[in-house]
Amino acid sequence: MIEIKNLTVAIEDKQILNGLNLTVNDGEVAAIMGPNGSGKSTLSYVIAGKEDYEVLDGEILLDGVNILEMSPDERAASGVFLAFQYPLEIPGVGTMTFLKATLNAQRRARGEGELSTPDFIRKVNAAAEKLEINKEMLKRALNVGFSGGEKKRMEILQMALLEPKFCVLDETDSGLDIDALRIVSGGVNALRAQGRSFLVITHYQRLLDYIVPDVVHVMSQGQIVKSGDKDLAKALEASGYAEYRTGEAA
Amino acid sequence: MPAVQETIDRVRSIDLDQYKYGFETTIEMEKSEKGISEDVIRFISAKKDEPEWMLAWRLDAYKRWQTMQEPDWARVSYDKVDYKDIYYYAAPKRPAAMSLDEIDPEILKTYEKLGIPLREVEVLEGIAPERRVAVDAVFDSVSVATTFKAELSKAGVIFMPISEAIREYPDLVKKYLGSVVPVTDNFFATLNSAVFSDGSFVYIPPGVRCPMELSTYFRINERDTGQFERTLIIADKGSYVSYLEGCTAPKRDDNQLHAAVVELVALDDAEIKYSTVQNWYPGDNEGKGGIYNFVTKRGDCRGANSKISWTQVETGSAITWKYPSCILRGDNSRGEFYSIAVSNGMQQVDSGTKMIHLGKNTTSRIISKGISAGRSQNTYRGLVSAHKKATGARNFTNCDSLLIGDQCGAHTVPYIESKNASAQFEHEATTSKISEDQMFYCQQRGLSNEEATALIVNGFVRDVLQQLPMEFAVEAQKLISISLEGSVG
Repeated sequence: MIEIKNLTVAIEDKQILNGLNLTVNDGEVAAIMGPNGSGKSTLSYVIAGKEDYEVLDGEILLDGVNILEMSPDERAASGVFLAFQYPLEIPGVGTMTFLKATLNAQRRARGEGELSTPDFIRKVNAAAEKLEINKEMLKRALNVGFSGGEKKRMEILQMALLEPKFCVLDETDSGLDIDALRIVSGGVNALRAQGRSFLVITHYQRLLDYIVPDVVHVMSQGQIVKSGDKDLAKALEASGYAEYRTGEAA
Repeated sequence: MPAVQETIDRVRSIDLDQYKYGFETTIEMEKSEKGISEDVIRFISAKKDEPEWMLAWRLDAYKRWQTMQEPDWARVSYDKVDYKDIYYYAAPKRPAAMSLDEIDPEILKTYEKLGIPLREVEVLEGIAPERRVAVDAVFDSVSVATTFKAELSKAGVIFMPISEAIREYPDLVKKYLGSVVPVTDNFFATLNSAVFSDGSFVYIPPGVRCPMELSTYFRINERDTGQFERTLIIADKGSYVSYLEGCTAPKRDDNQLHAAVVELVALDDAEIKYSTVQNWYPGDNEGKGGIYNFVTKRGDCRGANSKISWTQVETGSAITWKYPSCILRGDNSRGEFYSIAVSNGMQQVDSGTKMIHLGKNTTSRIISKGISAGRSQNTYRGLVSAHKKATGARNFTNCDSLLIGDQCGAHTVPYIESKNASAQFEHEATTSKISEDQMFYCQQRGLSNEEATALIVNGFVRDVLQQLPMEFAVEAQKLISISLEGSVG
């Protein structure tokens, strides 16, 4: 379970998150919607531990432990996963090499043994098949020359392999056509399980037709301003974010 | 702590003290008197029991050297060597060993610690025949052991210390020594010609594919000593050889000079693949100590359809001045240069290659990857030239630089000269930084700072690592990671 308490964050002296409170229960899929500039991406980066953000106050508890004290890789090993809006390219590093390095790094950090190569390959192949990722793609350098849809599927493949406790999906639907959206959502839905929670960040209700959330939160000016069930997302789609923009500078 | 401050602290804490090969071996050494003179050269020549012609050659080089100036065009700055204040010859006191049992156990221990197998039995155990490597071990000024000599000689391959070859194969040595790097080539090569002490000699007879990798392991141990090794490799018609050299030295506060000359000759249809893993002591974080690596390496593709390929992984030395080059004399000959140069701390690297196209339809390829971290400076300097008779000459050059941190520098200085209108030269160069976003992405997936850097760097140098014999590629990959430890914030 993840509990975010009074999270206050600034970047370059500009305060972005203003005492945000949010709880995501075990096995729950929570969606966060909100207008541009409401702080959604900042929230995802602060959870994952990106530098440049200054945490002024508050805490993020994963199963009762404040992860704000941890480095990004320690957070990853304790179960935090961020599916990037714009996954990075790593030239010259084969996808399989990258997957194996990250999986084994996390296992080592948790005091588990490294996976044998045959076990690892079996695991990757099984997960790749579900996401319609072909072997050719696994042979290429990570994300280099991948299409937008391929990059997003690769993010979900990594999520499936790393088996995190808390998955943050940052605008995973951006740049996806309907087919890719279906595949990616299918991959996410297959990972829904007790003991794993999701925070799905999106602008559009469309994604939530595929990944049906248990809870929907509306974010504005660095705070959660409204929460409800999946119908809240539908209502937002109809009315727009206008009522949540009050007081916003631009 | 704000991110920027942390980065600065990290860069500051770069610790070159992780140099693992910095230990010293204590054994009794015999040295020439300090400084250089005709007497010292006579002493070295006498120690090696050399024929008169060799001594004359050395003395001639010494005479020329006295009229020469140390070059200053490279992008490096250092306290000049006091040539009067170093020893030009230092050798373990025990007489040359006939078998391993006669080698000073301290030296055997040294090589064991360095992971270099000198006992053939140990080498043989559990290793497939094609994976065996014959080793010539050079300790300061002399070769202390050469393995697999008997087996190689069955194939007709000569692999021995050059001092032995001068006595046993004077005609071969006379014919080729100085034929690629002339005595007066440059200040350091001329000095080497006067005082060189040992190194390896290789001759592959016509049509022979050398049955195993050959390698030389250079170790500088003695204080205040210069190492002046000389290597000569001749691949006769239609032959093939792959050769690897490795280098380490103890940690010392003062600088030590390493001025080597390597000459390669490939006759018709022959191929030489020469790989270097250079890990001389780089000095400490403040730039104190370390090896001056002033080396002249040149290959002559003398015959038609011959090929010479240089692959280097350079991680050590305080100052590197080194341009392994190819003279493409034979028609259709080919030269290759694959380089990874890593600099960290206060290291300065000025390295590259020269591809001199003389024959028709000669081709060359240059792939250079420079990685700079800490406060180091890393320069690629290369010349590609086509003689007026080099019709159809072609070159492809790719120089990539990767910067880690914001206090280091990368420089690319390519020279291109073409006197033949049909020559086609292509040059590509990029400079990039490991982006914070890439680092964050890798860390988010569970890799530590160090692991993420190593992974990204390995991706960057992959094209070159692939050129190394497999077991050395693994070694080189580790070495690169170690050299960059602590360099990323």
